[in-house]
Amino acid sequence: MTDCFIYDHVRTPRGRGKPDGSLHEVTALELASQSLRAVRDRNELDTSMVDDVVLGCVDPVGEAGSDIARAAVLNAEYAETVAGIQIQRFCASGLDAVNFAAMEVISDQHDMTIGGGVESMSRVGIGASGGAWPVDPALAIDAYYTPQGIGADLIATKWGFSRDDVDAYAVASQKRAAEAWNEGRFANSVVPVTDVNGLELLNHDEHMRPKTDMQSLASLKAAFAAMGEQAGFDAVSIQRYPEIEKLNHVHHAGNSSGIVDGASAMLLGNEEAGKRAGLKPRARIRAFANIGTEPSIMLTGPVHVTRKVLERAGMSVADIDLFEINEAFASVVLLSMEELGLDHDKVNVNGGAIAMGHPLGATGSILLGTVLDELERRDLSTGLITLCIGGGMGTATVIERVH
Amino acid sequence: MALENLSLEVDADGVALITWDMPGRSMNVLTEGTIAEFAEIIERLQGDDAIKGAVITSGKAAFCAGADLSMMQAFTKDYRDTAARDGEKAATAELFERSRGFSQILRRLETCGKPLAAAINGTALGGGLEVTLACHHRVVANDPKIKLGLPESQVGLLPGAGGTQRLTRLIGASEALQIMLRGLPVDPQKAADLGIVHEIADAGDIVSKARQWVLEVGEAVQPWDRDRFKVPGGTPYTPKGMVTWSVANALYRKETYDNYPAQRAIMSCVYEGLLVPIDVGLRIEARYFTKLVRGPESGNMIRSLFLSKQSLDKLARRPADIAASRVEKLGILGAGMMGAGIANVSAKAGIEVVLLDRDMEAAEKGKAHAAAAMDKAIARGKASEPDKDALLARINPSADYADLSGCDLVIEAVFENRDIKAEVTAAAEAQLADSSIFASNTSTLPITGLAGASARPENFIGIHFFSPVEKMQLVEVIMGDKTSDTALARALDYVQAIRKTPIVVNDARGFFTSRVVKTYIAEGHHMLAEGVPAAMIENAGRMAGMPVGPLALNDEVALDLSWKIMQATKADLGDAYQSDAMDGILDEMVAKRERFGRKNAKGFYDYPKDGEKSLWPGLSEIAGEQLSPDDVDVEELKQRFLTIQALETARCFEENVLTDVREADVGAIFGFGFAPYTGGPLSYIDTLGAPAFAERCNRFAEKFGDRFVTSNLLREMANSEETFYTRFPPEQSRRSAA
Repeated sequence: MTDCFIYDHVRTPRGRGKPDGSLHEVTALELASQSLRAVRDRNELDTSMVDDVVLGCVDPVGEAGSDIARAAVLNAEYAETVAGIQIQRFCASGLDAVNFAAMEVISDQHDMTIGGGVESMSRVGIGASGGAWPVDPALAIDAYYTPQGIGADLIATKWGFSRDDVDAYAVASQKRAAEAWNEGRFANSVVPVTDVNGLELLNHDEHMRPKTDMQSLASLKAAFAAMGEQAGFDAVSIQRYPEIEKLNHVHHAGNSSGIVDGASAMLLGNEEAGKRAGLKPRARIRAFANIGTEPSIMLTGPVHVTRKVLERAGMSVADIDLFEINEAFASVVLLSMEELGLDHDKVNVNGGAIAMGHPLGATGSILLGTVLDELERRDLSTGLITLCIGGGMGTATVIERVH
Repeated sequence: MALENLSLEVDADGVALITWDMPGRSMNVLTEGTIAEFAEIIERLQGDDAIKGAVITSGKAAFCAGADLSMMQAFTKDYRDTAARDGEKAATAELFERSRGFSQILRRLETCGKPLAAAINGTALGGGLEVTLACHHRVVANDPKIKLGLPESQVGLLPGAGGTQRLTRLIGASEALQIMLRGLPVDPQKAADLGIVHEIADAGDIVSKARQWVLEVGEAVQPWDRDRFKVPGGTPYTPKGMVTWSVANALYRKETYDNYPAQRAIMSCVYEGLLVPIDVGLRIEARYFTKLVRGPESGNMIRSLFLSKQSLDKLARRPADIAASRVEKLGILGAGMMGAGIANVSAKAGIEVVLLDRDMEAAEKGKAHAAAAMDKAIARGKASEPDKDALLARINPSADYADLSGCDLVIEAVFENRDIKAEVTAAAEAQLADSSIFASNTSTLPITGLAGASARPENFIGIHFFSPVEKMQLVEVIMGDKTSDTALARALDYVQAIRKTPIVVNDARGFFTSRVVKTYIAEGHHMLAEGVPAAMIENAGRMAGMPVGPLALNDEVALDLSWKIMQATKADLGDAYQSDAMDGILDEMVAKRERFGRKNAKGFYDYPKDGEKSLWPGLSEIAGEQLSPDDVDVEELKQRFLTIQALETARCFEENVLTDVREADVGAIFGFGFAPYTGGPLSYIDTLGAPAFAERCNRFAEKFGDRFVTSNLLREMANSEETFYTRFPPEQSRRSAA
């Protein structure tokens, strides 16, 4: 197998995913394109060297439909020989896009590829692409479908995470993110989004609320309680997990991932291609894995896929210096840390999606870039990135710095 | 072909009047003969240019009550016969063609090119309503008693003559699902509001209004056959549709625990049907209908919930040679919850009631229960003030046994204590004529023993009501050793008069229902002792199809009562008594901790004054060492609950406590809510097959204890691969209860 190296990584700042968000005026196509242009420009890349661009996008309809990766390639004025493909594995799409792009290199079929993702949640809207899973009785009933928030509350109930536990986790995420921004730890990767004149539209993650504390979170009502009760979803969860008498609804907007707009891109390639482009490899993609898990609770994937990827790589938890576990909901990270025996000091050290937001299709590759920057800053070696996924799945990737 | 069930007359304006009027029946029902005549009608409509359009109405009081359930039974039987002869695949193909026959005819009817209007003169249910939905215009008589609905799901089927497709296209998925999933009918006004019918008119005018529509509007195209047709409420893949459907799927599971394939099939028919043109939708509907007929639930539900219940309602078990009787004056001893309820339902049936208790205050309190119930009914618009006055006038509270004079029947509903019962029996009989019947409403004490206090044990019988009396449909009639056929006949006549369903059982401790319910509760105790999490026990009980979990049920019955029964049984049986896990748990709960159940707000659950009950956190103190939920097989818990009850029912049958398979199934479903989708405990065994059931019992006996050891009868049936319904055919299985 050919080694696949990471040569560069960029991301946009994350804009609030609402009509008053700073990136709401930017098309999904332009968001993706600006990441591609940044990769090209800061590396002085001859784009004809790139074989393929793989972008994750969770709701690839409307302006984000019909293969937004190829559209972005053309809009970013890459060479027309560069192909593009859009993939969808819900919240891990961005990480799977990197893995997919890496596979093209590892399998020795391509020399240089780009993986990344884009999601304009303010413009396209979550769930806009439909899907049979919650809707078709044939599947929804057998799979005990419940919305993710119910699954997150079910995890809290089953594993005994209290409202205080999840809120405390959220406060820590905000604090860490604020500190990371203050110290400029994201500076290497974040490329401001600009308008048609080159004027800056956004240069920071605008979803953050650094002043968040336990008191301010305590005033928020559990977001999924009424839905769970009135729409029957609590009953569905209990039929799947009958040891539970009553769901403890603990999640709300303050301890769940934020809805934001954003995009990211990561330049990958084999050793030879890097040399030809005059680039220095930053890290190697060491291993990755996907797994399916119980779909009703839905969000336990990170635990299982982490075990799987480590076993395949012949590694143990102790061999990983830093972890990025997507903060879809606080209970997901708490569960993963508990089950895998991880120290919070090694997990999401610069905050995560609770503070900065989760632009669905882009997040996976953003997390990979974040952990790579931090490994370099701390001069550590290995990082593991994992996300929970709709439908009950997990994706994980292990990277290792090259010196 | 000649028309027998339908007639067709064409008037001078060229409007054909089709009248549905089946000879020799009080109601129109869908039969295969009638279905064939509908095809003939289409030929005539299309073949005669003089016919401009048609009006369809009924010659009976009702329009049509739906499909003939015996036709549905024939579908099932023929399918199984063909499967045995030609294999499953051939049988399924045959059934599919047969199932869609009427649907195809109705589709031809609505596309025959001539305008059709339905003049709905009376109740139209199931296939009856589906006929009208295939008409282009519907006029219904202005009578709030008329019921319009698609109740097929109640017997495990779906509206298979286009109902799932047409109703959905007419009024939208949400409303259509509401109507079809619950199977509850609507009245004409509600039907008009929903858009199911177009016009409401006086009964005498509906045919002329329908005729007028044919002549003046006469559009022979259904909305769903027009260009640019849009289903009201939209299709599933819109933001609103996504929410509607994800919630509908969750609520389906919440309500049914996914035990009811008919409701589920209806959901799929509507969902899939919304995504395709109607012709394809009708084909999809027929496929799901076929699947339901092939499955065990519909046959079992039709048999137990309707046909067997109807037979019992018609007093199939009544000794034939005894003259019909009517209770004119009823005495009730004890005006507590049960006595008051019995008084209420009896007075409602027009019977004069003497409601007797120790003092007038207690007796008046019992009467007040009926007054409160009537107030509720009035508030809901189900009764009027004069109804209430008339009913209350029939309930005469009393503290004087002399007022019982002239009662044809006396029912005692006093405390479950032999001495008190003996006392009131003697006191009442002193006032009664020799021919009067005396009944005990005991739920557990053997009747033969109680009859020892009677001077006329041949007139002494058990009439066991269930709580709450108004709501529970079943009455368990218990024969003591000396109870006469006359007493039985008169007790059954009374049960029929108050519109309840009777089963007749022979005397034994706990009779049939209480005895089987006890096994359900006890199994919950066993699981608790094994360390199964309490919530899991309760949820598994409900998931198996029982109305409440076993521990909650025990709280309702009262734990101290269970404890007292245990003590009494111990005393009665002496050395023969076998102690089990339940005894230990009851001792802990009742004797050591005074947790008596809901009555003192402390049982397996805590009952806070302001809020929902929740499992008592201290349960772990008395339960076995807690198992990890991941190590407990929930399917096995569900099987244990149903298996132990079915096994106990089989034992009751073997011991001649039960003598009629119908009574076993109907009694279990209507008496204590045994998983209705199974058709009852004996249907459950039959469906599984005696060999598989016996094998499971053996496995459970090994794993969980001797209570699962099979009876001789079951072993025999397992060897011979017989079913209860073939070995004991209902009509012949009356092994002389008396």
